Amino acid sequence: MLTLAGVVVFALSVGVAITLGPADVSLVNIRDILLNHLGLAEIPVRPSKDAIVWEERLPRALVAAACGAGLGLCGVILQSLLRNPLADPFVLGISSGASMGAVAVGVLGLGGGALGLSGGSFVGALVAFALVLVIARFARGGVAGIVLAGVASTQLFSALTSLMVFAFADSDETRGVMFWLLGSLEGMRWDDVTLCVTVVVAGTLVCLLSARTLDAFAFGDEVAASLGIHVTRTRAVLLVLTALLTATLVSVAGAIGFVGLVLPHAARLLFGHRHARVIPATAIIGAIFMVWVDAGSRVAFAPTPLPVGVGTALVGVPAFIVLLGRRRLRT
Amino acid sequence: MTLHADRVSWRRGGALVVDGVSLLPEAGHTIGLLGPNGSGKSSLLRLLHGTARPTAGAVSLDGADLGTLRRRDIARAVATVTQHTVTDSDLTVRDVVRLGRTPHRPVWGGDSPDDERAVQAALERVGLVEMADRPWLTLSGGERQRAHIARALAQEPRELLLDEPTNHLDIRHQLEILALVADLPLTAIVALHDLNLAAMFCDSILVLRGGQVVAAGTPAEVLTPALIADVYGVTADVGRDDSGRPTVRFRPHTRTEQQTV
Repeated sequence: MLTLAGVVVFALSVGVAITLGPADVSLVNIRDILLNHLGLAEIPVRPSKDAIVWEERLPRALVAAACGAGLGLCGVILQSLLRNPLADPFVLGISSGASMGAVAVGVLGLGGGALGLSGGSFVGALVAFALVLVIARFARGGVAGIVLAGVASTQLFSALTSLMVFAFADSDETRGVMFWLLGSLEGMRWDDVTLCVTVVVAGTLVCLLSARTLDAFAFGDEVAASLGIHVTRTRAVLLVLTALLTATLVSVAGAIGFVGLVLPHAARLLFGHRHARVIPATAIIGAIFMVWVDAGSRVAFAPTPLPVGVGTALVGVPAFIVLLGRRRLRT
Repeated sequence: MTLHADRVSWRRGGALVVDGVSLLPEAGHTIGLLGPNGSGKSSLLRLLHGTARPTAGAVSLDGADLGTLRRRDIARAVATVTQHTVTDSDLTVRDVVRLGRTPHRPVWGGDSPDDERAVQAALERVGLVEMADRPWLTLSGGERQRAHIARALAQEPRELLLDEPTNHLDIRHQLEILALVADLPLTAIVALHDLNLAAMFCDSILVLRGGQVVAAGTPAEVLTPALIADVYGVTADVGRDDSGRPTVRFRPHTRTEQQTV
């Protein structure tokens, strides 16, 4: 029931968000354009409006939604598996690895143009994740070891990124790369939508199948094992899932911060701690949240777009502080 | 025969933490594992539960080696309760007890009537029915431990392994928890520090030192001043209560005369 309500709110949000901005597009226009493109009708619409909605704003809103849902889900999984309320999709060093990969391609010209910023960041993200796993395995520190390895790798890759920018980049290149890294949904196309939505839907299904398993981690690894969970295998599968999901989304839209950290907490505050509810709630809240933040950052300083990561942080940080306050009151 | 340890050893990081221990508990009995810190009680429990593999010997469940069984199948027969487990999750007591149904559920689908029945029966058994909807974070230590036992019972196991379940509890709750465990119609293996509690509630006792069994038998057979001096290095008087179970009273300044290596 709630899921259905969430989907309706999501659809309305996308519709209204698309009407925002220059060029006078109404909800009726959007309905007509959608029906036309789905081949259900042939309603005359001005081509400029059609182009703005179908080629620009709709793909962009859908990628935003996929990023919100996907990063939120990764946050849910990592906070549960690592038993750390501060875990987010980037705790495994993925965002800084992606940054380094993108800078290596954008500034150093690595890959000779074959990779592109997206490809570079995807490879960088996976390299960082692999390094985290190697360090964590070497340190044998269990969950704490993984988190510490993530923090260490994040520092390392940030330093390498800074070094490359400092040594080799001119100011235009730096600005381009940095803008992209803060999270940017400029110029999203339908193939970006297909990629992100496919990955996020698949990820959501795996998460829903793992809901009970994630619940069983509430009291730590030992209790999970005594409940019949194969702890090492489950953790490996889910960590790889979050890494692939995050790497894909970051390679398309940059490192959008705070969504993965704050939204799982918001979902738990609203819907309790059982993952069968937290997972769909986070995905839907994440999608709605990002659609609005993206629309906001699109029109706030129009025609100059604001990096969407700035918007999520500006909304996310106060929310996070409120959350910390609630935790303090409870304990 | 259900859970059976046959001369198991576990070499962990160069040290032999369990050394040739055999254990074949009688069905329905409460077995106490005693021994000083580091004597291998917890390690033996981990072997019995299959979260660690023995380096020699074998633990079997109904004749099948634990290493060949799926974790889920083990969890349907053997449940564990450990000392002070913590969580950040704001679950209710019923949510926690429901976790015990994890090994019985299909991946997809809601709670079956069997699940609800088992959860309710477990809550009744430990006396937490009235508190079923209380948030976990508001429970006292004793209530949490009872809920963990209910969670283990919801697994509907035949064997229950408890690792110092009374740690951090006051004396009333220690007695309450162990009376509850001893009364359960299943085999319980309990690692304990308190010799008197072991004497009161266990049908038989296994004493470990350095990973080896140094004594096994009924509390009256095992808990003698000589054994206590030998294993723990303290002097104690052992009497008998009305039911004939041993009572242990320790004497101060023991290490001067009964120093052991």
